[in-house]
Amino acid sequence: MKSLNVALLTEGGMVLSLLPPHKAIRYRIINTSSKWNAMIAVENLSRRFHGLTAVDDLTFTIKPGEIVGFLGPNGAGKSTTMKMLTGFLTPSSGSVSIDDLSMSTQAKKIQQRIGYLPEGAPLYNDMTVFQFLHFIATVRGLKGATRRQRLKHVIDKVALQDVLNRRIEELSKGFRHRIGLAQALVHDPDILILDEPTDGLDPNQKHQVRELIRALSKEKIVIISTHILEEVTAVCNRTMIIAEGKLRFDGTPAELQQRSRYHQAVTLHFSYAADISGLAEIEGVDEMVVDRHSGDVTLFPEPGKLIMTAVVEHISHFRLPVDKFTIEDGRLEDVFREITTQESTQGEVTE
Amino acid sequence: MRRCFAIARREFGSFFATPVAYVYLSIFLVLSSVLTFFVGDFYHRGQADLLPYFSFHPWLYLLLVPAFAMRTWAEERKAGTIELLMSLPVSVGEAVVGKFLACWLILALALMMTTPLWLTVNYLGNPDNGVIVAAYIGSWLMGGAFLAISICVSALTRNQVVAFIVAVIMCAVFVVSGFEMVLDIFRSWASNTIIDTVASLSFLTHFDTMSRGVLAADDIVYFLLVITVWLYACSIIVDENRAA
Repeated sequence: MKSLNVALLTEGGMVLSLLPPHKAIRYRIINTSSKWNAMIAVENLSRRFHGLTAVDDLTFTIKPGEIVGFLGPNGAGKSTTMKMLTGFLTPSSGSVSIDDLSMSTQAKKIQQRIGYLPEGAPLYNDMTVFQFLHFIATVRGLKGATRRQRLKHVIDKVALQDVLNRRIEELSKGFRHRIGLAQALVHDPDILILDEPTDGLDPNQKHQVRELIRALSKEKIVIISTHILEEVTAVCNRTMIIAEGKLRFDGTPAELQQRSRYHQAVTLHFSYAADISGLAEIEGVDEMVVDRHSGDVTLFPEPGKLIMTAVVEHISHFRLPVDKFTIEDGRLEDVFREITTQESTQGEVTE
Repeated sequence: MRRCFAIARREFGSFFATPVAYVYLSIFLVLSSVLTFFVGDFYHRGQADLLPYFSFHPWLYLLLVPAFAMRTWAEERKAGTIELLMSLPVSVGEAVVGKFLACWLILALALMMTTPLWLTVNYLGNPDNGVIVAAYIGSWLMGGAFLAISICVSALTRNQVVAFIVAVIMCAVFVVSGFEMVLDIFRSWASNTIIDTVASLSFLTHFDTMSRGVLAADDIVYFLLVITVWLYACSIIVDENRAA
């Protein structure tokens, strides 16, 4: 365990050099003072429902500070995995452990340290917001001044002051999600598991929720599941794509983007018709595609090559009338579709 | 234990946040008085006791308690809040007992609200108040048994109507097993031991002595045992539900 801490510190140290000083200090403080260093270890986790395999042999570990985005099509097993991580579902086989605690034997201890927002934010509708949060805090073992202070903290954090005495059933979806978040945060958990936290929210509310997640995640583990691909690049620092119960991709959102054919591709638009035949011949350009509707020209690089400079040189040399020049990050939709469908068709062939 | 009380308090509060508790309390009061005065011939008997009042309790409970307890787990499952509850650091046992306590408290409340009847008897004559207290306790214990069965059945389904009907039938089994008609069916072929066993399973048999003021240990133990067994079964069912 000691060696692990040291490793984390040096890792933090390496980050330090890349960051402005004030940020660097914050990172260092958090890395050394984090009292738990909770680590989730999942081994060969499987879950079957009536002969149907929802989660199939998942193995991964998650370290503090990681904001993991679970991506996957509907019914891929994201929610089932999360339910097993929270101890609500018992795995058919395999194990979930946090630090040295095993979910199968010490679920209560683990659950103390987890905050969970179930899919669709189910809440006790007949209670008022304050009653509900108070109830959760009490069951979580908070009392007296600590409880008061924690309640005030989460209520401020998700801005529920105006609806405290309203019944939950009267409130809109946005409020319900925020109450669900408040409920998950009230005991200041090390691990936060949010099943589709932004589902059904308007863009402003989505933004708020993302800001909230980003703000609290420095020393915690946050796991969110989502359908929204931009959310992963906006909030997460690790992406796991699950399809048909299997882990199909595990890496940073940037790595996911790199898988896209569009990664580092250059898209151009011309003010008027120009000779573009030379563009396809530029060193490193793999292919040129012209969109007939918009007139956009997209140049795809050969894998691993950067073509931006060469393209710029070409444009200035031939004085091409470019009025729009975009370097693409990568189109996640394509990658997502590729990752989640490609192997399933392979599976069908082998079956 | 504190968690158990927190759950009980929440449950108790939610009965009053919705009309359920008010409806139950008023129907219980109205029906128990109607039965006592009109069917039970409270005045014509010319006796200062509450026997006509208590003798209808098994039948009142048979209808009202399942109606009142059907939502305890069924609604929790339907609304998905069971996921919230079970991911809190609460054991299944604590949750089951908490819910039971809340409901049992409301039964106690309903019984307490019938004290005017008790006062009436005292005004009219000289009843044996010890008998009445014993009968109240007996009725509350029996109500707890009905409740434990209904709560257990409620955990089996997410549909409250199904929970209600099944609970009524299950409770009815425990009530009618003390009936002469039912026992006659057994008399033709079974030995006395079996008949006695069947009869001793009945709430009626045990409540009968209690409503006459005899708080015998075996009756109390019987009801407590029924409550424990059904609540234990309930916790197993709730636990199984999340595995399935």
